[in-house]
Amino acid sequence: MKSKSIENFMKIVFFISATMSIIAIVLICIFIFAGGIPFIQEYGLKNFLLGTEWKPNNTPSSFGILPMILGSIYVTIGAIIIGVPIGILTATYLAKFCNKKIYKFLKPSINLMAGIPSIVYGFFALVVVVPIIRNIFGGTGMNIITASILLGIMILPTIINISEASIRAVPRSYYEGSIALGASHEKSILSVVLPTAKSGILSSIILGIGRAIGETMAVILVAGNQARMPAGLAKGIRTLTTNIVIEMAYAADEHRQALIATATILFAFILIINGIFLTIKRRTNNG
Amino acid sequence: MDRAIKTTIKISAFITFGVLFFIIGYILIMGLPNLDLSLFQLKYTTENVSLFPAMITTLMLIFLTLVIATPIGIFTGFYLVEYAKKGNKRVEIIRIATETLSGIPSIVYGLFGMLFFVIRLNFKYSLLAGALTAAIMVLPLIIRTTEEALLSVDDSLREASFALGAGKLRTIFKVVLSVAMPGILSGIILSIGRIVGETAALIFTLGTATKIPEGLFSSGRTLALHMYVLSTEGLHVKESYATGVILLIVILVVNGLSTLLSNKLTKGNENE
Repeated sequence: MKSKSIENFMKIVFFISATMSIIAIVLICIFIFAGGIPFIQEYGLKNFLLGTEWKPNNTPSSFGILPMILGSIYVTIGAIIIGVPIGILTATYLAKFCNKKIYKFLKPSINLMAGIPSIVYGFFALVVVVPIIRNIFGGTGMNIITASILLGIMILPTIINISEASIRAVPRSYYEGSIALGASHEKSILSVVLPTAKSGILSSIILGIGRAIGETMAVILVAGNQARMPAGLAKGIRTLTTNIVIEMAYAADEHRQALIATATILFAFILIINGIFLTIKRRTNNG
Repeated sequence: MDRAIKTTIKISAFITFGVLFFIIGYILIMGLPNLDLSLFQLKYTTENVSLFPAMITTLMLIFLTLVIATPIGIFTGFYLVEYAKKGNKRVEIIRIATETLSGIPSIVYGLFGMLFFVIRLNFKYSLLAGALTAAIMVLPLIIRTTEEALLSVDDSLREASFALGAGKLRTIFKVVLSVAMPGILSGIILSIGRIVGETAALIFTLGTATKIPEGLFSSGRTLALHMYVLSTEGLHVKESYATGVILLIVILVVNGLSTLLSNKLTKGNENE
């Protein structure tokens, strides 16, 4: 009798634990949206999203975050251009071209790459990449190109791990069928295996985009952080994430609300990206 | 043509691993000579820029975060794998919640932590606010690894345990858990890595005080935050390198351990 009640009690404990993540996500949504939406309503969604001037200290102050939205988009596109081809090809190498012995060493290396703190990546980019870019393009060396290279490296593990898994999930018979038809190993992988794995590869890219948009502390160190409309690849920019961190420490009143509203917009972006990712993933699993 | 494809693939792999090993090598080589004994003095002053208080704060934060997140994460895993029925609506919602959580950028966690724990619950910048924020952040990781570890346990073990008259709870704790332990542990160890490397979620919750926190409601800074503050100030490049080395070594150890444990898990299953 007694053990039965313990069983039931623990079952409830387990269930309550399981609801914690739901409570967490609901709380996060409430606080991030409730913190930002009043300001957006007062300031006007259009003025906020499409305003090209971020001048919190002017009177009257202006809070347009279009420069930061574009900044985030530009460095994310840059990161995709650099990270996606290298990532997918590396995943192909890991899944189809490297022998077991090397794989045993390389696979944990990718996990290690995912585990290196973003501040270490940022610092590395600051002391190594920034001077190189400065020598080539002049200026401070802190610009869209530097941030794109940094983010391109940082999204590699995400893209590689998910792409590799989806390449491995392609039934071996596809590959064998292609070989039997006389295609080479390389040709079979390129035109049969990779296209079959495309939804997995696509979701790896989407997750990579999420990472790139959300990255903060590494980008702060190398992007220049000027809150103005992007003026060129070799010019500094500010992203949505860095805008929050740079000014939150001293912001007050309306300025502070504007920063929280920046996070609201960022969060909305991320929720949309996550939604796309989950939809693709579910469709792949069911299909 | 085949040759060109193969070469391109190999070059890409070479770039990936080349960059990784270059970053690790560069930080280690430039940083190790900067690991000065003065950096390990008990108290931080602007002269010694000691990272010792940050090390202790990091350990305190890891401990507190895991105390909060581990039971919740593991219990959620139990519920999802051992109790809930397949295709259950509730399970689906919990899955979506954890997957969404794992995609939220750390700065959003940080801001939420600031709005909720620091301001609404009035914890101020404190160890507790930092740990609670970090706990929500690592929760999806612990849940996922626990789930995977539990799923990898052969059902015949559970059936054997039931057949011997053990209840569900006993089966989970005495049979399933002992087999799944390495996998769960590797998830916890990876969480330690996340906590050690986190900055954006902690800067507005834990704060950046330079001393060792005196209690749950006292602020401090972790090694990663320390490195961030030093890098943005730009005055203490040497100390930044030194902090980077320590962070990197911690991450190397953490990842090594977790790889070892998950290998153990797959090996254990192969032997059966």
